[in-house]
Amino acid sequence: MPKRPAFYHFLGCIIPHRYPSIEKATRLVFEDLDMDLLDMEGATCCPAPGVFGSFERITWATIAARNLTIAEETGHPITTGCNGCFASLWDANYELKHDEDLREAVNAGLKEIDREFKGTIEVTHYVDALYNTAGLEKMRKRVVRPMKGVRMALHPGCHFMRPKLLKKKEDSERPHILKDISLTTGGEYVPYKDELMCCGAGGAVRTADIKIALDFTKQKFESIQAAGGADMIVTPCPFCELQLDLGQVEIEKHFGVKFEFDVLHISELLALAFGHDPDEFGLDTHLQYMQRKTEPHWEQLGIKR
Amino acid sequence: MTSAEEKPPIVLDEPDREFVEMIKRTGGPNIQSCYQCGTCSGSCPAGARTNFLVRGIIRKALLGMKQECISAPELWYCTTCYTCTDRCPQDVKPTDVIKAIRNIAVQEGYMLQNHQKVAQKVLETGHAVPLDKESWQKLREKVGLEPIPPNASRFPEAIADVVKIAKKTHFDKLVEDKDEDEE
Repeated sequence: MPKRPAFYHFLGCIIPHRYPSIEKATRLVFEDLDMDLLDMEGATCCPAPGVFGSFERITWATIAARNLTIAEETGHPITTGCNGCFASLWDANYELKHDEDLREAVNAGLKEIDREFKGTIEVTHYVDALYNTAGLEKMRKRVVRPMKGVRMALHPGCHFMRPKLLKKKEDSERPHILKDISLTTGGEYVPYKDELMCCGAGGAVRTADIKIALDFTKQKFESIQAAGGADMIVTPCPFCELQLDLGQVEIEKHFGVKFEFDVLHISELLALAFGHDPDEFGLDTHLQYMQRKTEPHWEQLGIKR
Repeated sequence: MTSAEEKPPIVLDEPDREFVEMIKRTGGPNIQSCYQCGTCSGSCPAGARTNFLVRGIIRKALLGMKQECISAPELWYCTTCYTCTDRCPQDVKPTDVIKAIRNIAVQEGYMLQNHQKVAQKVLETGHAVPLDKESWQKLREKVGLEPIPPNASRFPEAIADVVKIAKKTHFDKLVEDKDEDEE
């Protein structure tokens, strides 16, 4: 039997601490696709690239490098389901491999905790593992609950694909990877004008001024409505998911406008399509439902209850 | 079209010639390639709803107007979406320039209290968004996961590592509560 691909699983903060349904769904989906996830014991905050990177670059890079060294111990690549964590770990890994001054400063900090950045591993996003390691064909074969007639609006977010010249993932003006993966479930793609716009949460803006952050999010929702609406919004990032999901409760409070979109991480969409019961990973624990005491629109999502 | 309001000329009495060099050293090495085309601001979702103007900040920085750049509240409205970086014809990497100016602002004491609190959380718990309530553990159990994940929430030695790193880079001092904040 061929060896199963294995990844160090970088959880970050939002997935394990606020949206654990994403963590559970990911474990189910990776198992279904014959990929192993290894615990990264003692991993910390990535730390948030737009936040800590904005405060002090050396500290940001050193804490990120500490996380990287946990994986370097045995050499498996890292995978993470958060665009922010991906950006921090990928960028730090890249910059430390290419900027000797930074590497020297970072290793001076790591020496304090008996670690050293060696630059021996790669950082991937779940999306990479799904698209490149498992592959679209394998995913298509696993689909036992086709999302037939379910209209999916996509929110790719920013930090997986940008900066495009550095990350070299795909054309950030015409991305296709999230769309290709989502379409394996048999759902219908809903294009809308502001699909590629930021959710508004990043860069420490959500913390600086939540109303400005929510104004971005509101524009995205209005853009989806202008395109005829959607049955779900799919994203590869838990921070975007928090902003789009919990953000609806906050928009209602700050702007007096009510939206009721179901927002799914790509892992959650795949878990449903692969036949898992939504209770198996707790889809109804999204903070929007917990705070509003509501449930997902099961019928719209193609789920019989 | 001109504004009906009278605009005073930009005062350049004391340009800080070091500022551009500081930005270049702090993570924005390409700032001097900017020829002020405005593609960045035209692409900017923050600029579409606030007075955050990437082109303006870069111009001010190139003129040595350090104080105006680092003290501007709108400096913190960039979500770092990198759309400007992907579209800039001069490879200025405006997002990195903004982040570099933010680093300098923080060094000089311009840091929002909310941001300080997030930074402190990482030093206290290892996470910017910590597992700080029992209800979060219950939520994990509800979805069929162990109550405490195998990250710094379970391994306190990881938090000690982060604190040591922050001491070494003096980040701990940078984000500690200043006297005037404690009222």
